[in-house]
Amino acid sequence: MTIQLISANHASAMAATLAGRANRNARGFGGGVYPITPQTECIELLCRQQFDKGSIVRVESEHSAMAVCMGMSVSGARTFTASSSNGLAYMAENVYAAAFSRLPIVMMAVNRTLGPPWNIWVDHGDTLMLRDAGWIQLYCQDNQEVADSIIFSYRLAEDARVLLPAMVCQDAFVLSHTMMETDLPEQEQVDRYLPDLDLPHRVKFDPVMIGGLDFPRETEVHRRQHQEALERVFDVYGECQDEFEEVFGRRPPDPVVPYCMDDAEIAFVSMGTTSSTTDTVVDKLRAEGIRAGSVRVRMYRPFPEKALTEMLANCERVGVLDRDISLGLGGVLWSEVRGCAPRALVQGYMLGLGGGDVRPQHIESLFRELAASSSAAAPKLVEVG
Amino acid sequence: MAEPILKGEYQSEVDRSEPILRAGNTNCGGCGMSVAYNMLSLAAAKHQLQFVIPACCGIVTPGQFPYSAYGAPVVASTFAAAAATASGLAATAQMNGEDTRVVCWAGDGGTYDIGMATVSAAAERNEDILYVCYDNEIYGNTGGQRSSATPLGAATTTTPAGKDIGKKDILAIMAAHRVPYAASISLGHADDAVDKFKKALNMSGFRFLHILAPCPTGWKSEAAEGIGLIRLAVSAGLFQVFEVWDGQRFEISIEPEFSRSALKSYMEKQGRFKEELVDLDAVEQAVRNSWDILSQRAKMSS
Ligand code: SF4
Repeated sequence: MTIQLISANHASAMAATLAGRANRNARGFGGGVYPITPQTECIELLCRQQFDKGSIVRVESEHSAMAVCMGMSVSGARTFTASSSNGLAYMAENVYAAAFSRLPIVMMAVNRTLGPPWNIWVDHGDTLMLRDAGWIQLYCQDNQEVADSIIFSYRLAEDARVLLPAMVCQDAFVLSHTMMETDLPEQEQVDRYLPDLDLPHRVKFDPVMIGGLDFPRETEVHRRQHQEALERVFDVYGECQDEFEEVFGRRPPDPVVPYCMDDAEIAFVSMGTTSSTTDTVVDKLRAEGIRAGSVRVRMYRPFPEKALTEMLANCERVGVLDRDISLGLGGVLWSEVRGCAPRALVQGYMLGLGGGDVRPQHIESLFRELAASSSAAAPKLVEVG
Repeated sequence: MAEPILKGEYQSEVDRSEPILRAGNTNCGGCGMSVAYNMLSLAAAKHQLQFVIPACCGIVTPGQFPYSAYGAPVVASTFAAAAATASGLAATAQMNGEDTRVVCWAGDGGTYDIGMATVSAAAERNEDILYVCYDNEIYGNTGGQRSSATPLGAATTTTPAGKDIGKKDILAIMAAHRVPYAASISLGHADDAVDKFKKALNMSGFRFLHILAPCPTGWKSEAAEGIGLIRLAVSAGLFQVFEVWDGQRFEISIEPEFSRSALKSYMEKQGRFKEELVDLDAVEQAVRNSWDILSQRAKMSS
C-alpha cells in the first residue's frame, strides 16, 4: 500500500490501471477515451500508463468512447472509460446499449451540470439522467472511496450472476480536483481480488448475433433477466465487500450509509459529498440534544429500497437533499425516497444546483425548518449560489 | 463447375464452405447487399471474420433473436458507432495476437451521414478494420428516405419531387484520410468484386470498400435487374470503379464507355428517376468532369 496525495481524477486513473493490469493473463484491458472538463486529468493519466496487454483508444467523441469499450468488452477485455455532463448525454445511446448487451464495463463519471449555458461545477443531474439505463450506479464521498469503488465495481460487474456495467460517480471539483490522501493498493492485491475476466457471451467465431432483433416477447424476457440481475446485485455486493476487506484491510461502504440513525427522529437523505456536509451538521444538532441523523445513498441503482425503508422506519421527519432537479417534478432522489418512509413527513429540497457551495449553515437551517413544520410542502429549490 | 466469370474462384480454397449470408435471411429479393455478401463469401474462406453491423437493413437481415441467418459472428452496434465498436474488437484481437478480420458492414446512412465522424476517426487512427459500405442511396430500412448518398434527381419519400443536389464523393473523402486501401466495387463485375474483397482482407490497417448496391424496393426497379443496372451505371461512367492506395495512387478498375444509352436506360429502369426531373445532358457533363479528374489522378500516380 502506498499513501498518495492525489485528486479523485488521478485516483480513478490509477485504480483503473491496477484493475486493467490484473487482467493481463486473460484478454487484456482498454477502452475509448475522450476529454471533458472536469474528467480530463483522469484520462490523461491513464494515457500515460504502460500495459503488458492494453490498448487505450483516443476517439473522437464520448459516443465512440463507449462504443470502443463495448467492442473490447464483447471480445473479452476488461474496459474502462470516464466522462461527465454533456459527454454523458452524448454517450447516452451507447450507455444503454452497453447494459442491454450485459457488458461489465466500468465508467468513472464526474458529476457536472448539464448545459448550455455552460457550467462546469457539480450537479448530479447528468448521471441521474442515466438512472434507467440498466447500470449499477455508485456515488462517492471522498477520493479513497472513488479509487476503491472502481476496483470493487469490476469485481461486482464481472460476477457471473451480475454481468452489468457500473458507473462510479464523484462530485466535480469537490472531489475530481481536490487532493486527498489516498491509499492505492499493490498490484498483487488487486490481482488477488479480481479474477481474470471470462465473459460468458464473448464473441468468438461461432455464428452468433450479439444485439440483433427482438420482438416484444424477447424484449420482455430480456428486461426481466436484466432486472433480476440487478436484484442479485444486493447479495453479490456483500460478498464483494467481504472479499475486499480480506484483501485490502478496509471495507467499502454499504449501499446505504447511516450516520447517527439508531434513534434519529429527523433525518436527511443525500448523495455524494453533500452527505459529508450533512454529517457535520448532525454532529452540531446532536450536541444540542436534537435526535438528528443523516443517510447517504451510495448505491443509487439498483435502488436500495429495502435498506432505506428499514433505516427510515422510525423517523418522523425526512428531508431529501437533491443536487439535481427533474424539471417539472422536483428532486430525483426525493421522488424515490418518499416511497421509503410511508409514515414520515418527507420534504424535498434541491440545493447546490449548478455547483452552488452547499455549506453546513444551509443544511442546518433546513433541518430547523423541517423540525418545525407539520406537513410536507412542494419540493423547495434552495438557492445557495 | 467453376464459373469462368469468377476466374475459377467459385468452389476454390478461398470460397467459404458455409456462406456468410444463409437461408432464412429477411432481405428483399434482388437486394444488392445479399449479392455483396455472396461475393465476400467467395473471398473469405482463409480468414476468421467478426462483423460489426449498425442499424441498417443488414441488422434486420439475420432475423429474430436468438436465431441468426449470418454464417459468421455479428455484433450489432448503434447507428453511428460501427467503426468505433469495430475498433474495440480489433484492439482486443491485436493485443491478443489474433489475426481476426473485423468487418464493418454498414449502409450509406451509417457511413455518409450519421456515422461519418466515427468512420473518419477510425480511418484517421488507421484501425485494423475492413469497412464495407453497401450504398443503396437511401435509408432503405425505414422505407426510402433521402441520404447524402442519394443522387441528383432521385425521388425519395422525403424528396418526393426529386433530390436537388448530388451525392457525396465518399471515396474522395476516404482517400483524403490516406488510408492504406479504398476502392469501389462493381457488383456487375463479379471478378472485380471478389478480387477487391480478397485484396482488402489480406491487408491490414483501415480499408474501405464502397459498393453501389441495387435496392429494388427503394429504387422502384425489377428485382432481377439489379446487376444489370450496376453494369449500366458502370458503362455510363455514373459509378466509378477504381482503387486508391494511401490516398495517393489511383487506379481505374473498369473504364466506362460513357454510353448515353446506358445512362438513359439506367434511369428509365428505375421508378425513382422521373424523366422530367433529370437533365441527361447535365448528368453526362458532370460524369465527364468527374472522370477527367479521376483520369488525371490515375495518370499522375502511374
Ligand atoms: S430495402 Fe433495399 S437494401 Fe434493404 S433489404 Fe430491401 S432491397 Fe435490400
